[in-house]
Amino acid sequence: MKTLSQLKQLEAESIHIFRDAVSQAQNPVLLYSIGKDSSVLVRLAQKAFYPGRLPFSVLHIDSTWKFREMIAFRDRFCAEQGLDLIVHSNEEGRAKGVNPFDYGSRAYTDIMKTQALLQALKAGKFDLAFGGARRDEEKSRAKERVFSFRDRHQQWDPKNQRPELWNLYNARVNPGESVRVFPLSNWTETDIWQYIRVEKIPIVPLYFAAPRPVVARDGQWIMVDDDRMRLEPGERPQERWVRFRTLGCYPLTGAVESRAATIEDIVAETMQVRVSERSTRVIDHDSDSSMEQKKREGYF
Amino acid sequence: MNTIDTFLNEHEHKNLLRFITCGSVDDGKSTLIGRLLYDSKLIYEDQLSSLQDASAKNGTTGSGEIDYALLLDGLKAEREQGITIDVAYRYFATPQRKFIIADTPGHEQYTRNMATGASTANLAVILIDARYGVVTQTRRHAFIASLLGIRHLLVAVNKMDIGGYQEETFLQIRQSFQDFARKLDIPDIRYVPISALKGTNVVTRAPQATPWYEGPSLLEILETVDVSSDVNQRDLRFPVQVVLRPHLNFRGFAGSVVSGTVAPGDRIRVLPSNVTSTVARVVTADGDLPEAFAPQAVTVELDDEVDISSGDMIVHENNRPQVKDRFETVVIWMSETPLKAGDRYLVRHAGRFVKARIDAVLYAVDVNTMEQCQAESLGLNGIGRVVVETTQPLYLDAYAANRATGSLILVDPLSNVTAGAAMVTEDVFVDADTPRVVGDAAALLRDHVDRREFHWETGLVSAKDRLLRNRHVGKTVLVTGASAQAVQRFGKELELRLFKLNLNSYYLGYASLARGLASDVRDIRSEHDAQVQRLGELARILTDAGMIFITAIPEADAFTVERLKVLNAPSELLVVSLERDARRPVPAEAALDEAVEIAQNVDAVLALLADHRVIPEYCI
Repeated sequence: MKTLSQLKQLEAESIHIFRDAVSQAQNPVLLYSIGKDSSVLVRLAQKAFYPGRLPFSVLHIDSTWKFREMIAFRDRFCAEQGLDLIVHSNEEGRAKGVNPFDYGSRAYTDIMKTQALLQALKAGKFDLAFGGARRDEEKSRAKERVFSFRDRHQQWDPKNQRPELWNLYNARVNPGESVRVFPLSNWTETDIWQYIRVEKIPIVPLYFAAPRPVVARDGQWIMVDDDRMRLEPGERPQERWVRFRTLGCYPLTGAVESRAATIEDIVAETMQVRVSERSTRVIDHDSDSSMEQKKREGYF
Repeated sequence: MNTIDTFLNEHEHKNLLRFITCGSVDDGKSTLIGRLLYDSKLIYEDQLSSLQDASAKNGTTGSGEIDYALLLDGLKAEREQGITIDVAYRYFATPQRKFIIADTPGHEQYTRNMATGASTANLAVILIDARYGVVTQTRRHAFIASLLGIRHLLVAVNKMDIGGYQEETFLQIRQSFQDFARKLDIPDIRYVPISALKGTNVVTRAPQATPWYEGPSLLEILETVDVSSDVNQRDLRFPVQVVLRPHLNFRGFAGSVVSGTVAPGDRIRVLPSNVTSTVARVVTADGDLPEAFAPQAVTVELDDEVDISSGDMIVHENNRPQVKDRFETVVIWMSETPLKAGDRYLVRHAGRFVKARIDAVLYAVDVNTMEQCQAESLGLNGIGRVVVETTQPLYLDAYAANRATGSLILVDPLSNVTAGAAMVTEDVFVDADTPRVVGDAAALLRDHVDRREFHWETGLVSAKDRLLRNRHVGKTVLVTGASAQAVQRFGKELELRLFKLNLNSYYLGYASLARGLASDVRDIRSEHDAQVQRLGELARILTDAGMIFITAIPEADAFTVERLKVLNAPSELLVVSLERDARRPVPAEAALDEAVEIAQNVDAVLALLADHRVIPEYCI
């Protein structure tokens, strides 16, 4: 009997989802976050439409506080891969100087990420947006659909999700409503690493350990990525071998001490340390149900 | 380093088992899943630490023990209520296999969730509480699993520890399940005695606790059950999702092989065009394939320039699915709005949307007893046999033979919500050659009109376009009354007045039908019926065309008027009656006095037409 390996099955499923979504949508877009999952997402999209180009743009929401290496990687990666990149920031927030120090992680995330995303989706009149979320990342995501309906206000209602049977996805929406599509829904962290390894997919170097200037805050290492970083009285950056398990805005993303310089090292470390990856994102600790809350509000 | 290398490569090449777990809150289902995840070492430490906080608040197990169930309940509301109310997906792996669990609640009203989880599963774990044995809920779960085409059932008799691991208990429950399961179409059923809480026979066998049980542990069964033959590998079905034409030298049809295999050189047929061709290449980004099989996602290039669009299906030349626009299904209803005959939905099937109409609800099935019962509608979580009609033929196989082409969902055309799931069955009641069962004449006519409207092919000019051009909408005006001469004269005057106002009007005398449209009707007994029928059909067309269509039938009875009203759907008929006295029973919007000046009566009808927003106010 012919069977596919589980990773090939996941790949086939993701390609199917990409094609299905494109066949249903008027104006799709891919939400590109620069992280490793986004890199995988782009590769799968390229495979889905090979030998053609991607039939949609990639959208990056620039909160203006991303690591510099992320932005450099984004521009290089999108150019090399021939992607049609749209970058959007909340200009109103930028003009007001909204930052994670004065506004707190919650208000900052809402203004510079959630609101910015809603603005960009509205401006582009996108009726379908691909995202790189996986169900194994976080508890509230375990129940997320592959095709996730968002109302006119881009909000997600966990009580009002469409049943999703077989692979018969339903992307129909009325004007103003939209659908988020998650082709990586069934991928786990290990799957992502192995796929990056076998497919030789480029990722941001921040995932690998290197000596970096950091300060210790709330039990996490925060990198001093540029001179906008506010140091507490008496706080002095020190150089440590660290790496990042997830990437976001640098003042809100904790690094872990590590010497892991290869994917194999990282996976080995992950299996030993067993600290699930989202725990290094400060925003998730706001309250027990914080991710669910953010999703309801429109954050992907 | 080497070990990680090996670990990752092994991980990549494992095969995959998707299974569903069924059981109620009290059966220990969440505890079982929690243990599988925990013992397979995929529960990360911080999830564990946040769990210990939560256990102190809501935990239901004794102090000091981890409440595995709390690992799973994702959403806030559910955490507070203490029950899972939706399908959650969990992932774990062992050195042998990777697993995706669809975790669904066992509560009675959540049939839809179980069906959702079961639709992609190869195996179902059914939990039975050893203290209560096979209960109604157990039967329900097994029935839904079999309905959704699951071929492997793992019956886990849980909480064996409470009764001291009695072999007798296990054997009784097994016997009782076997007796019931004979009615189900599930070829592979295994039984295992466990204690999810203590971990007995879950991951490893526990000969100390159950020395009388010689079979494998629950996890060992999950790791070894062979599901490779569950997919139909015989019949090629390749729904085209996207046509790829990146440059002039490449035209490929992208899609997933949902069943069967496809290879270069294969003779194929395209549906619905029925054009045949030969496969030139099976293209992927990683190179051409010598053969593709389910569930591979590929791009097929053909030898000839064939016109194929998204939604078409490629099959082998001599292995066709059924091509049908009316077929029987078993429906699982998932919407608060009941499903009933005549309702309109969109069907999503094999990658396309097609308009559908519910032709009939044949019967419902009681999910607890599996008995058929008479029903005219299906409510939320209802299951029943339903005849579906579509505007375009679908390319179908029976669900039992092909899960991919035998399944469809029903979508509400207004809210776009997925309202139900359907599985194609062999047709038992539908037979295109025999007339369908009908009630009285009125029901027959309504059914005819409903079907007519469902299949009506519209042009590119909308009613709104016509309104903007004509400055008025279409309407049929039926003039009736005691005097044939008076009604005819009035109809003609009305036509003339409207015409002079630059409105599109047309008068047709009833008697003209006998010489024209209805001249083929010879049977004197049905002559009037046939004429009314044709007049009604004509009125519907002319109204739709934007015409104010006027006809006069002297002494039209209530039955005739009612028939014309039904036939004129979706537009409403305007009935004007010229009265001589008040005895006439015809329900008319305007009862006019025949004796009044004719121009005055015409004015009254114009006012009525303006009232109904048929013609603009300034015309009167």
